[in-house]
Formats: sequence, structure tokens, C-alpha cells
Amino acid sequence: MTMGHETPAGDLRLANLTKRFGVFTAVDDLSLTIPQGSFFALLGASGCGKTTTLRMIAGLEEPTSGQVLLGDRDIAGLRPYKRPVNTVFQSYALFPHLDIHENVAFGLRRRGIRNVGDQVERMLALVQLEGYGRRRPAQLSGGQQQRVALARALINHPQVLLLDEPLGALDLKLRRQMQIELKRIQTEVGITFVHVTHDQEEAMTMADTVAVMNAGRIEQLGRPADLYEYPATAFVANFLGQSNLLAGEAAGRSGDDALVTAHGLRFSVPAGRARVDRGPVFLGVRPEKLHLVERPEQVPAGHQHVGGVVTDASYVGVSTQYLVRTAWGSELSAFSANSGVGGQLPLGAAVVAHWDPRHAFLLPRESGEDDQTTPLLDQPPVGVLS
Amino acid sequence: MSALAHVPTSSGQAAAPPPRRGRHTALPYLLLLPGAAWLLVFFALPLLQLAAASLYDPGGSLSTGYAMTWAVGNYPEALQAYWPQFVRSFLYSAIALVLALLMGYPLAYAIAQKAGRWKNLLLVAVVAPMFTSFLVRTLAWKTILSDNGWVVGLLRDVHLLGPDGRLLATPVAVVLGLTYNFLPFLVLPLYASLERLDPRLLEAASDLYASPLRAFQKVTLPLSMPGLIAGTLLFFIPATGDYINAELLGTPNQYMIGNVIDSAFLVRLDYPQGAALSFLLMAAILAIVFVYLRKAGTEEVL
Repeated sequence: MTMGHETPAGDLRLANLTKRFGVFTAVDDLSLTIPQGSFFALLGASGCGKTTTLRMIAGLEEPTSGQVLLGDRDIAGLRPYKRPVNTVFQSYALFPHLDIHENVAFGLRRRGIRNVGDQVERMLALVQLEGYGRRRPAQLSGGQQQRVALARALINHPQVLLLDEPLGALDLKLRRQMQIELKRIQTEVGITFVHVTHDQEEAMTMADTVAVMNAGRIEQLGRPADLYEYPATAFVANFLGQSNLLAGEAAGRSGDDALVTAHGLRFSVPAGRARVDRGPVFLGVRPEKLHLVERPEQVPAGHQHVGGVVTDASYVGVSTQYLVRTAWGSELSAFSANSGVGGQLPLGAAVVAHWDPRHAFLLPRESGEDDQTTPLLDQPPVGVLS
Repeated sequence: MSALAHVPTSSGQAAAPPPRRGRHTALPYLLLLPGAAWLLVFFALPLLQLAAASLYDPGGSLSTGYAMTWAVGNYPEALQAYWPQFVRSFLYSAIALVLALLMGYPLAYAIAQKAGRWKNLLLVAVVAPMFTSFLVRTLAWKTILSDNGWVVGLLRDVHLLGPDGRLLATPVAVVLGLTYNFLPFLVLPLYASLERLDPRLLEAASDLYASPLRAFQKVTLPLSMPGLIAGTLLFFIPATGDYINAELLGTPNQYMIGNVIDSAFLVRLDYPQGAALSFLLMAAILAIVFVYLRKAGTEEVL
């Protein structure tokens, strides 16, 4: 299906966008470019300023300073109803007094377009709600309402579609289904999607580009795989998946490697995976990149390792998630794929955790910060005691 | 909720024991009994009595007694004699309703959506006048609008009134009195409707190209319709039948149908005519309400 644009669309650019509520700075000098036609995710914990950013793009919040540029046009001063931008609200905000057909037709009618019937039918087909036109929003399920909200926004062919945690109210299975659905629709209509979410998995499965926000600023922006494989900050490393971050001191380079000393042990990381190579650093390894063996001789050549004791093992089907306590007391997490190779390690077993240095990364650390190892999320704390 | 209907109920409600039919069917009627008895004795029976009285022989009197002669002619006679008062009643209360809407809708909207922590205080302020009697409030308006009062003085100074122009004993005073006295009946139901209005719907409307005026017309107004209809009815019906305002703030030239009925029963002691006028008023109001609800088309109210 082709989408006609009234005006030549362009990239969405935010330039030095700032929003203060009293003394609280919700969005702090934010600058970023969202290429036309991309699926862009703003990812962050609640209160990080991602929704405020979205509302400033929509015009529902007035920036304290800065610009919102669509192509070359600054739309920051335009009222929301003058912007070629539509929003799918977290609460859906469907009009309860109108049926589904009229909800979807709302935007077209306000712009004085007659004979909206065909367009509405096509849009309802796109979101797989044919035949629901005469129902009221209250008669639909959450997932159906969500799709009506999407259709109501998309029918206007906005240059940018804003999605404010649109899947937050859905149960897990429906959410996965809608993620695929949204991605399909985005590919089909080719409109720029800006998706706000706190669900890292959602951001990573759907978006071409993910921006991780923290305290009103963007911590890192890039393709999901790049963010995951080589995070720029400790916040990103922990917010996007889990990480084992060991506090250490970097001592400069030796050839193509950056050298690190952590807890009296010496490690190296390829220079291309070191954000800094001098001063306080975090040495990071993802749990699934950490392999466990029983004896130091079993560590493959070129891998680096630390010794420890298994303090917890949770079998979750596809993998087993271990906690390994090191000599200095930090608990590393390691995921071992349940591929049928190798057996289960018993609790209390002495193990060696090893990794390929090409999978490790070095991040800047505030001096004084200790190891950051994420506990297994779905693990009740009592499990550690047993 | 229909979506839930498709979910097979494996245990839950299906396995619940069957309700004890006897008690469950009787209970609602038992609860109705006190109210129904009250209505029967103090509303339905007097209404029948009144209907009968409206058909009594107009030649009778209180001292000689009335004969039931099915005098249907009482109705056209009453209408012929007092149609100006009928027209005036509906005209005055219609104008008062328009004024009350102009004041009451913004007021209800402000209290419901914008007042924040002042909401309860403002609501009390709307209801507070009701703590004094209707009569006292209307008498207070008599003072406010009096020829020596500052309102008339001010209006004369700015030449909105002639040098010997007055407000009291004019239709203006009666309409203002009606507007004031019945305003809370309009504001409170409207407030209740507007208070439930989700501001996020207005954001959504604005996002979907609706200017503030359009958003009001297409979202706020339809969603406040139940309150608006209830409020206008609660305002219009008692205002049309009112006789205190015309009595205290007007002259016989401003008398409304309420005043005529009042005098028919208490001064002229013409019971058949008073009863006929009462029924005519009731029928007229019922007709207007019926047409109004049909036009407004709200299944929410009926």
C-alpha cells in the first residue's frame, strides 16, 4: 500500500531539546536525528524523560528550549493539531462515545475529508479488525483497542508516528504478537516510527535504532546488536540485558590490547572494545559469554578466566543460569545453553569461569564504584541460601 | 464485556450453586415497597384526585360542593383564559436556561477539570446558597435589584437604563431570579459528567487535528451530554412551574402559569380550573421533555 505525503517528509531532528518542570530537568539538552522511515526506539526506565521527549514531538508538551525539526521545518512552536505527527497513546485514549469506524475516521474528518469509508475499511483490514467498525471501544479486548489506536493514528499518513508504550497494557503473549505485527505494519507503510518503551526486549526486537535514555540524556544510540555487544556505559550494559562488570584499573595499551588489573588478576581486552584504556574501568562480560569448566586445564587457549564456587543454579529449560562466587566475594552470572553438551554443575562445585577476550569490553568507571554483577532477575533471593 | 462471554468457564460461575430463587426474586420488590407505598399515597392518589377535580362542574364552589360532571370543557376554557401565562412561563424559563447554560457550563467545566485542590471548596460554594430558603434568596434579589440599589444606580450611570428605568417589576428581574435560583440544579449534574471526562481524550483529539473548538464540539460536549440533559431538565422543569420569582420580583404583568394555578387554588378557589391548568402544565412539560430526549437521542439517560 502506498502512502501519499502532502509535504516532502524528512528526517526528524531534535536539537538541544530541554524540558524543565520547576527545578526538575526531565529532558536535558537532547540532540538526535531519526532518519525518515526508520523504526526508532527510545528505551529507558520510567522517569528518564522518554515520554516527555515524545510529548514534545507531538506538541502536547512545550519545550523549555531547543528545536523539533521535521525536514528543515521547526515544528516546536506548532499546536499539536497542526503537526503532521500522530500518536498511539499508552492508554489508547479511544473516544468512548464513538464507534470504531468513527474513532478511526476522526483525524480524516477533522481535516475536512469526506468519503472516508474506504480508507477506514482498508485501515481496519491492515490491523486485522475488519467488521468491527460498528462496535464501541468498550466492547473490544485490550489488544483490539490497541490496534484501533494504531489504525486511528496511521490513517492520517503522518510523517512520524509516535508510540508511547503502546504494548504496556497487554499480556506477554499478545505483546509478542503485537511486536511482530507493528514491525510488519511499519515495513508496509514506511512511516517513521518513534517508539517509547521501558522493555529492552521490545526495543531490540522491533527497532532499527535504539537510544537508551537515562536522567534526561541519551546514554547510547545505535543498532540493537551494537548496543548489546559493545555498550558504551555501565548503565547501558546493565539496562540492556545483564552484564558482569568487574571493577579494575586500566594500564594503557600493549599492542592491540588494553591491559586491565582487577582484584589482583590481569586481563586484556582488544583495543577496539575498550571505551577507555587508562584509569578506573569496568571489565564487562555478558553472562552467556561466560563459560564454566571444572579445572583450569580445560580453559581453551587464548581465553581468560577467574575461579569461583557455584552458589546457585537455576534450570530454565533452554539454559541453566549459574551464580559463581569469586574469591573476592562478587557473584558472577553465567548462562550455559542447554544444548546437551556437558552436564549440570552441582552447587558448591569449584569452577573456572572463562571467556574469549574478544567478547569482553572496557567501560569507564567512577573511581570508588565496585563490581556490578546483576543478580538473576527471576530468581527468588531464598534460592541463594539453600 | 462481550469478549468475556466467549471464554469457556470450566469451573467458576458454572459450578456455583443455583441461586435460591424464592428469596432472590422477592427481595427487589421488598426493597421497592416503602418508596412505592409513599408514592402511591402521596403522589398517585392525589394525582388521581387532581385529575378528577379537573373534570368537576365549574359551576360548583367550595361551599356548595363540586359535582363530577366530566366537564372536559374546563381544559379549553383554562387554556383560552391563561395562554399568555403559559407562553410566558416557557419563554422566561427558556431564556433563563440559556443564561444558566452560558454561566453554568464554563463553571462546571472549570470546577471539574481546572480547579485542582479548590474543587471541593468551589462545589460547596455552588451549593451553599441552598442552605438558606428559596424565599429568602429571592427576597435578597429584591433588595439587590431595588430602585435604590447600586446595581440599578450603576446601570443608570452607564446609561444602560434610563434615568427612571428600573429592574424590579420587569421581566428582566424575573428571568434573572429564575436563572439564579435554579443554577445549581444545572451545574451539579454537569459537573458530575465533566469530572469523569478523561483529559487524555482531549490530547488525543488535539493530536488528531482537532482544534480546541472542534475538540470541545466532538469530544467534550458529547461526553458531557448525560449531565447536560439531566441538568437542563432539572433546571427547566421547576423553573417553568415556578411562581415565587414572578410573585416577588415581577408584577401581575410578569405572572407565570404557576401564579395562576396558585391563585386558582388559594385565592379564587376555582378548583376545577386550577386542576385543569396543573394538568395542562404537566402535559406540556412532558411533551417538551419527550421531544427533547428524542432529539438529544441519548440512550444513556433513558
